Amino acid sequence: MLDKDGIAKRIAREIKDGYYVNLGIGIPTLVANYIPGDMDVVLQSENGLLGIGPFPYEGEEDPDTINAGKQTVTMLPGSAIFDSAMSFGMIRAKKVNLTILGAMEVSENGDIASWKIPGKMVKGMGGAMDLVASAENIIVAMQHVNKAGESKLLPKCTLPLTGIHCVKKIVTEMAVIDVLPEGGFKLRERAPGVSIEQIKNATAGKLIVEGQIPEMII
Amino acid sequence: MNKVVSNADEAIRGIEDGMTLMLGGFGLCGLPENSIAALVRKGVKNLTCISNNAGVDDFGIGLMLKQRQVKKMVSSYVGENAEFERQLLSGELEVELVPQGTLATRCMAAGYGMPAIFTPAGIGTEVAVGKEIRNFNGKDYLMELAFEADFAIVKAWKGDTMGNLVYRSTARNFNPVMAMAGKTTIAEVEELVPAGELDPDQIHTPGIYVHRIFQGVNYEKRIEQRTVRKQS
Repeated sequence: MLDKDGIAKRIAREIKDGYYVNLGIGIPTLVANYIPGDMDVVLQSENGLLGIGPFPYEGEEDPDTINAGKQTVTMLPGSAIFDSAMSFGMIRAKKVNLTILGAMEVSENGDIASWKIPGKMVKGMGGAMDLVASAENIIVAMQHVNKAGESKLLPKCTLPLTGIHCVKKIVTEMAVIDVLPEGGFKLRERAPGVSIEQIKNATAGKLIVEGQIPEMII
Repeated sequence: MNKVVSNADEAIRGIEDGMTLMLGGFGLCGLPENSIAALVRKGVKNLTCISNNAGVDDFGIGLMLKQRQVKKMVSSYVGENAEFERQLLSGELEVELVPQGTLATRCMAAGYGMPAIFTPAGIGTEVAVGKEIRNFNGKDYLMELAFEADFAIVKAWKGDTMGNLVYRSTARNFNPVMAMAGKTTIAEVEELVPAGELDPDQIHTPGIYVHRIFQGVNYEKRIEQRTVRKQS
């Protein structure tokens, strides 16, 4: 089983040199810590920044410079600032190469639910609906099961949807899974020490297991 | 062409009960703090507020929520405000949740004189219910209407007496598109300079969109999530 940093580390391996990447809140934010230093990767923040840098040193926080999670950040050399309409313009126009976000549920046809629990949680979708509707390359970072022990990889989402037919890949503490265009969760990799049987038991949707399933290289 | 007013109370003149306001800012960043304080003083009620967030309990639009001045919020994310959640669940407050990019682009459309936009955001979700869907090149898009707002209230870093505005860092966010979208636009700035001092090539919002401008005072610029790293 991987911890949150393990999930982030594995996802970081999906990032390629020259990518513009949008990282969601939670585990996706941790991915930034594991992008190899010799890679040129630009992080996009949907409030209007390309070139997110590390958190500022204590005393150097700038209230005018925050990321989409409203955290104080710095800007790397070569950063650019723009308004929120342009920010989603570049997302819609598919200029951002990779979107990594969290989810509460993903279905075997690539639907994602991540923004609302009726009667319980009213927070809003933020930029998630725009991102999943436009991005061509979407990786979901999440736990395989929820706190009640129920699978989050389902035949059909039960919660209100964020977007449809959009998730391409899921990385959890147990596995790397591709969502096939024709439907189904195709098991690609197992987390170290996790058996196919364990993954099967934690996956409510259709899990496709073919051939040898290698252990993840973290 | 002098658009300068002396303070926030003068700037918000004409804002009446039941009006629709746009308020710039993302979280607590780039908020028109002085104007919000003036709206709280004025006690104007039944407002519809279009703003990405609803502030926190004791800052930003949260201050107006606390005084029950807001009838309806149009936002993309409201998760930081317990009073908001309470009013919403008890039915005192209406909310229209709008995807963030749709929110920004509906402002932009208003400022560009376009009645509607087409966006894929929300297709297949409850956001699409009751809305026209058009298919372009094999993909479905939702038709979303340009916003109409009686007043847009924005915050910029610098402005001049002609109403030209320059924003700073990510405090830019929704401010330029909202500035373009108000029937009347009020800009508060940290530094107001005479016309001619700002480089025309560096103007973010041309003054034609701005009707009233003033230099704000005592900016708190509260930080919502202070995140730092240790000196190594």
